[in-house]
Amino acid sequence: MSAELAEPASKIELPAGVGGGGEIPSFDVTLRVRRYNPEVSEDATWDDFKVTMYGTDRVLDALHKIKWEMDGSVSFRRSCAHGVCGSDAMRINGRNRLACKTLLKDLDTSKPITVEPIKGLPVEKDLIVDMEPFFQSFREVMPFLINRGHEPTKERLQSAEDRERFDDTTKCILCAACTSSCPVFWTDGQYFGPAAIVNAHRFIFDSRDDAGDMRLEILNDKEGVWRCRTTFNCTEACPRGIQVTQAIAEVKQAILSRKI
Amino acid sequence: MTATIQSPRSGKIQPKYRRTGGSRGNFEMLAWLFMRLSGVVLVVLIFGHLTVNLLVGEGIHAINFGFVAGKWADPFWQFWDLAMLWLAMLHGTNGVRTIINDYAEKDATRLWLKIVLYAATTVIIVLGTLVIFTFNPCPVANGVQLPGGFCPAP
Repeated sequence: MSAELAEPASKIELPAGVGGGGEIPSFDVTLRVRRYNPEVSEDATWDDFKVTMYGTDRVLDALHKIKWEMDGSVSFRRSCAHGVCGSDAMRINGRNRLACKTLLKDLDTSKPITVEPIKGLPVEKDLIVDMEPFFQSFREVMPFLINRGHEPTKERLQSAEDRERFDDTTKCILCAACTSSCPVFWTDGQYFGPAAIVNAHRFIFDSRDDAGDMRLEILNDKEGVWRCRTTFNCTEACPRGIQVTQAIAEVKQAILSRKI
Repeated sequence: MTATIQSPRSGKIQPKYRRTGGSRGNFEMLAWLFMRLSGVVLVVLIFGHLTVNLLVGEGIHAINFGFVAGKWADPFWQFWDLAMLWLAMLHGTNGVRTIINDYAEKDATRLWLKIVLYAATTVIIVLGTLVIFTFNPCPVANGVQLPGGFCPAP
């Protein structure tokens, strides 16, 4: 490592005490990362990494520091690193969160912070899981607009109230934090999972969409909405704050009111 | 050590996650609905049952063989207890069925647990129904009254 460089002097003259957030406190924190490499061993193990981090750092920054400066073999997914792409969902201190949205200072830094892959999906290496079963369920609910009317020459208009109806479920970033926090999904991986239902909800309640009935029929499956036990794990896990369990309940009611 | 690198995935899903499908029917929906409705009815039935048996009149001290015999002489209580028996049994069975479905890891385990569950449910429902309707506080066998201090001497 090179010696720390001094910051260049500011070109703007500021009175003392104005500007800047002051010194950012640093602290030592231990990350306990779940390691798994099928080419070396069938068993997963824990590796501890002690890093010095700052109050503005997130779990993702700590993982970067580990990967870039300590052990390059640590594997995890991340893309945008700003809570939008949904690549870095992982189980941090036993809760599903996005590593890029979890500040280290918000966790208990006196104890090692555990970082595991999300549960219920096959682990490929370290923190990377096979997302294919998750995306298959997503594809099965047909997450795209189906409109049987004539192709309009301009945009399809919708009232603000109609848009509001499904606003919450448009926020999904497909990070799989909800589905992989669901105890029903953990049991056998057959359940469609909260994320697929949320994305079905987004179109079922869209006034411009005509295939709501088809989607409701798909989710009336024995592995569909009726496997939801309303444990609210998904709502708690969602990094976007979507009321997932409520969305599932609304889909249940839509199926009921269509059948009865 | 040689390692084979698999070709890139494209819609390849591990068999464990593949949905066998084929269950289009409304059974799960009706089971879900039944749980909600029977739950609400059971709250009324059970609290009514507890109130009448334990609180009204002499309360818990009045309960004995004669008290139960007296209740079942009334078609209203026969119906009440019958509804409670059936709803509670089906409600509980459906709940346990759900738990078995969720927690059994092998198909064979799941099948056997469910066979035991359904057999037990059938026995209890049939037996309970029989008792409610054929209950006789003063049974007579071969012209001789069976022992029991609740019936007037013939």
